[in-house]
Amino acid sequence: MAPVTVAITVAIDEKRYSGRAGVGPVTALRGLRAQIGPSEFCVVTGPSGCGKTTLLNIIAGLDRDFTGSLSFAPSDHGAPRIGYVFQSPRLLPWRTVRGNVALVQPRADRAGLDELLADVEMAAMADAYPAQLSGGMARRAALARAFAIAPDLLLMDEPFLSLDAAAADRLRSLLLRLVTARPATVLFVTHDLAEAVALADRILVLSPAPGRVVAEMPIALARTERDDPDTLSALRAELARLAGHPIEPRIQRK
Amino acid sequence: MRLRVALAERVASLLVLLVAWEAASRWAHSRLFPGPEAVLATLADEAVRGGLLHDLGATLARVAIAFTLAMVIGTVLGIAMARSRAIDTLLDSGVVLLLNLPALVIAVLLYIWLGLTEAAAIGAVTLSKLPTVVVTLREGARTLDRDLADMAKSFDLGVWRTLRHVTLPQLAPFFLVASRTGLALIWKIVLVVELLGRPDGIGYAIQVFFQLFDVRRLIAYALAFVAVVLAAEWGVLQPLERRLARWRR
Repeated sequence: MAPVTVAITVAIDEKRYSGRAGVGPVTALRGLRAQIGPSEFCVVTGPSGCGKTTLLNIIAGLDRDFTGSLSFAPSDHGAPRIGYVFQSPRLLPWRTVRGNVALVQPRADRAGLDELLADVEMAAMADAYPAQLSGGMARRAALARAFAIAPDLLLMDEPFLSLDAAAADRLRSLLLRLVTARPATVLFVTHDLAEAVALADRILVLSPAPGRVVAEMPIALARTERDDPDTLSALRAELARLAGHPIEPRIQRK
Repeated sequence: MRLRVALAERVASLLVLLVAWEAASRWAHSRLFPGPEAVLATLADEAVRGGLLHDLGATLARVAIAFTLAMVIGTVLGIAMARSRAIDTLLDSGVVLLLNLPALVIAVLLYIWLGLTEAAAIGAVTLSKLPTVVVTLREGARTLDRDLADMAKSFDLGVWRTLRHVTLPQLAPFFLVASRTGLALIWKIVLVVELLGRPDGIGYAIQVFFQLFDVRRLIAYALAFVAVVLAAEWGVLQPLERRLARWRR
């Protein structure tokens, strides 16, 4: 069954976290409006704590405690299949890589699974347990799991955080290849502008909490022209002007 | 190779025990302190002609039923108490009370209320073990990983598959601890309960041999019982533990 990529209309009036011991109530999102087109690769960025993960959790249906609305099109297709790649890989440590991927798609045949694992370059590690994997490999496995359900929509929450720059670069190109071969609408959260520019069809910038969309910018450049430092700093300046707040420089990784 | 060394060590330590027993019994030179040879002969004789197998079977059946009941009820209650503050508040005093009530008191009370019945015996053993299972599994359920639960929900695994593949594996170590401590407890309590109010079982037999001062049979029955306990430990619990720990590095 080929995925039907979905369009999303988000209109969150307010998302509040009620306070717990020692922490008062926090408004994470307020007046957030966004449209994401079918098959669009949309990157959401913004300062720390601006509600990026909250937004993904709401779209994933993990968090229904908000006011506002959320709709997917085409709506006659039923609920969209959503593949979620979390900030940490969240693999089940007692299942092998293959077992983790098979869990979300029990009807998948072995050949299909093997092909998917080969696509993320994890064929050799298919029978390894998560404790035996490096950070990069665990993230490949999480990526394979998300793609295993043939998602209409892929939600990614800083999935390449805490990898070294080379490994993150390799995973980004892998992701682009996968999305080309297995089309899906992608909503990708990062606070790294270089990563955002490398991947995005369009960038949405959120304000500091309570988060709302304060700037958006389509990235029309060919993917090969995107790692030029001058282009990047020009884009950063432009986004900062649109957003009205400075855009964090790329986190320096060792 | 390591296995063979371990086996040799085990045999050596058993031999030391046997020699010490034999020496002590020769030194005591009394009908009330039989040596290993006499006891093992009695053991074989009782197994073939006496009531050993019947009594052992009766005791094991009680252990199995009480163990299963306590594990199932205790697991359900423990998880429920971890998830709901209301249930926790409601049941906590009861659990604390049961935890500190001597098994002997539970057994006597149940025999008075239900008569000298099988239900009272099994109920008493179950109730003695139940609170430790509840407390252990409650602790386990409190440490459940919310991130994995969110993962299961976002991938739409459904209630049953989430329970089977995400929740229960996290509880497995706690379940194992509860089984272990629970079995150790049950082995001891079940004999007391049988001694007080059952017409068969190892506990009942021990009481009869006590009244007859039949130390040979007494030790023979006790040894048979210990053998079964060790078989359960080596044959079931330890392999299970290894299997559950397979994924750990």
